[in-house]
Amino acid sequence: MAALLEAINVTKTFGGLRANDDISLVVDEGEIVGLIGPNGAGKTTLFNCVTRYLAPDSGTIKFQGQEITHLSPDRICHRGMVRTFQIMRAFNDMTVLENVMVGALCRVASTRQAQREAMKALEFTGLLEKRDALASDLTVPDKKRLEVTRALATKPSLLLLDEAMAGLTPTEAVDAVKLVRAIRDLGITVFLVEHVMEVIMPISDRVVVLNYGRKIAEGPPTEITENEEVIEAYLGDKWRGALCSK
Amino acid sequence: MKGKESMRVGGFTIRPQIVLLGIAFLALVIYPWVLTNPFPRHLMIMLLLYAMMGLGWNILGGFAGQISVGHGIYFGLGAYTSTMLLMKLGITPWVGMLGGVLVAELAALVVGYACFRLGGRYFSMATLVIGEIGRIVFTNFGWVGGAVGLFLPVLEESFINFQFHASKIPYYYIILAFTVLAIVTTYVITKTRLGYYFRAVRDDPDAARSLGIDITMYKLIALGISVFFTAIGGSFYAQYILFIDPISTMNFMISLTITLLVVLGGMGTLWGPIIGAFVLIPITELTRVYWGGAGRAIDLVIYGALIVLIAIYQPQGLVAMVERYRRKLRNGSTVRSN
Amino acid sequence: MAPQVILQAAVSGLLLGLIFSLISVGLALIWGVMGFINFAHADFMMLSMYLAFWLFTLYGIDPVFSLPVAAVLSFILGVLVYRLIVSRVVGASIVVQLFVTFGLMIFLRGSAQFLWSPDYRQIPETLVSGRLQIFGVYIGIPQLLAGAGALVVDAILYWFIQKTETGRALRAVAEDKLAASLMGIPSERMYALAWGIGVGGAGLAGALISTYYYIYPDVGSVFGLIALTIVAMAFGNILVTFIASIATGLVISLGGIIIGPALKYAVVFLVFLAVLLLRRTKE
Repeated sequence: MAALLEAINVTKTFGGLRANDDISLVVDEGEIVGLIGPNGAGKTTLFNCVTRYLAPDSGTIKFQGQEITHLSPDRICHRGMVRTFQIMRAFNDMTVLENVMVGALCRVASTRQAQREAMKALEFTGLLEKRDALASDLTVPDKKRLEVTRALATKPSLLLLDEAMAGLTPTEAVDAVKLVRAIRDLGITVFLVEHVMEVIMPISDRVVVLNYGRKIAEGPPTEITENEEVIEAYLGDKWRGALCSK
Repeated sequence: MKGKESMRVGGFTIRPQIVLLGIAFLALVIYPWVLTNPFPRHLMIMLLLYAMMGLGWNILGGFAGQISVGHGIYFGLGAYTSTMLLMKLGITPWVGMLGGVLVAELAALVVGYACFRLGGRYFSMATLVIGEIGRIVFTNFGWVGGAVGLFLPVLEESFINFQFHASKIPYYYIILAFTVLAIVTTYVITKTRLGYYFRAVRDDPDAARSLGIDITMYKLIALGISVFFTAIGGSFYAQYILFIDPISTMNFMISLTITLLVVLGGMGTLWGPIIGAFVLIPITELTRVYWGGAGRAIDLVIYGALIVLIAIYQPQGLVAMVERYRRKLRNGSTVRSN
Repeated sequence: MAPQVILQAAVSGLLLGLIFSLISVGLALIWGVMGFINFAHADFMMLSMYLAFWLFTLYGIDPVFSLPVAAVLSFILGVLVYRLIVSRVVGASIVVQLFVTFGLMIFLRGSAQFLWSPDYRQIPETLVSGRLQIFGVYIGIPQLLAGAGALVVDAILYWFIQKTETGRALRAVAEDKLAASLMGIPSERMYALAWGIGVGGAGLAGALISTYYYIYPDVGSVFGLIALTIVAMAFGNILVTFIASIATGLVISLGGIIIGPALKYAVVFLVFLAVLLLRRTKE
């Protein structure tokens, strides 16, 4: 069975810097895959290549078995892959409901139907009561939630989260983990880039580790926390063997 | 417009806004019969003309967020195309108007496709420069009259000829009809996917793309709609004044006025362009008539100062100002600070 | 076409380009330091031209001596405009920026027309009137000196921005306002300085060309838009602005004799569009 998302030998260079150096990875349907690594490791670059905000210098990207390496980002959404952004990108002059409706309008043409779908999505993520607030008035965690809701409204098969958990308090992080699991239970595959280990390790089925533009490790979290190279490059001793009993 | 109380009139429930709208519309309809001097009628015709074009510009600038300061070129293309079709081929201006729209849309397609990739301020500069190029070219284009311009042939008064000599009233109702069309178009857009997508493109193009929106296509659609009304305005103007030249039809001031009245009234709102036109056009026309004598300059001094003051103190427009007062009245305090 | 004609056009183009450079460098400074597009820039040049004219007409002061007066007054005017008007719209949307300077432009031109009528004026005889002939090319002395003056001021400005501490501060603010303020550089003061120098440059340019150019309220219209295209093409880089100014002067002058005087500005604008579109396609 073909994987949902495949990145094959993706390389991307900026000036003299190899941000992504021959990276290959696979995301299977129904998985939650985490992408971690130190700052500058190339995580966001890889994300941008996969979601087509950047064009890889070489390599192939396949989604649902079909090559998407040269597709424009908006076409990707119609295929079923949607992303959120590291810097929050809400539509600030529109209400929460209207924001999500924009996502829903990807799948339905009528605004009335889009409104219904948007309400459903807002209920799912817990933002329904705030639906008439202006997006610019939301708190930071709510804005992140809004972006996720908006992305969900496009009815994706694959959701890519770009450091969506950064800056959350521990309580908020717990809620975020619950939400990601609930999203997977809907049948949506999740691929997330993260710094917050407390979030990624518990929920990921598999973790991919990047360092200096190369993939240095891949496997279930239990393996990754035992991997010496990963610990030295990134995790530090605190996480060594941390997930032996999950 | 939510949560306002409705009135009951003979078993029907009507919101007060609808009543106000109805009264306003009625007032506009009977206006030329009440004010019978030619100047007030002329004033209103120009006002509605600019309101209509402002509504069109608002789709591109206010909703889709692309600030064009060279829309005058489409006004000119509309005016010149319908005029040339009339003068060279005897085609009725009503069809000529469509020809004007076609030519203007083709030009817009080229401009949009080439320039939308530029960032905000570079796009605006490009539109400004293109407007100037248009004016220079037409000033030196002998076949369309060059700097001298074109005098439209005075024909027998008739609807088909789109010329009315006895009174301005038919012109008035024609432009009123087009303005209503522009209002309805704007309203429909706000209620459908176009409106949501335009605003998404304006607020955050990258996020919009991630949600499946083809940015360039929607920008072009917004441009197309706005150019439609601008070109129609040009053709109307040609038939109304019966004389066109590059200065009166491709001047930067036209572009500026259209943009300014929308900003003054409130970009991205339904009524902004109308309110803006109602405030700005009488000011410009009246100052020009009464004080333009001394080399036509005091009106410019006032105009310039006005623009600076608006930009500094009320850039959100009058609609936003009205909204703030309404909220103050309702809550006794400002709910949200900007 | 006779090489003589081309050479003549090239020389005038070069001198014209030097004048443009003085206007454009000031504009580029404002753009670079605070990201602000000043559509009224050349109208400050116009004011300076009138200053030179009236000083000559009323008090018999030769424009050569008006130069320092024009420079200082323009500098002060620039700072005033910043303090009173521009400082209130820093960071506002592009529409607001556009309108503030459009409004200023119209206000200045209208005021000039109101105060001094739309008539074309000229300063008839100055200390530097006359013409030279070098290798068969006629060069007006005022044009030559104006060009030379512009070059000198350009050099001084370049030295100032590159070599002095204040200049470095300006560049710091241009690159990263937040970082600069964290290092103790007051951005407000730098903005005012940029405006002062920028408008001062425009004022100097005006005083320089008042020795030979026609003086009228709308004289800033052509210079202004072209200066803007120059600065936009150079994307705010001062050195590139200088080169682009010379190039534009040459294009106007040579374009004038190849295509004809009427369309030469259209050519410049088309070149501008081409440069803009080509550079942006690289992204």
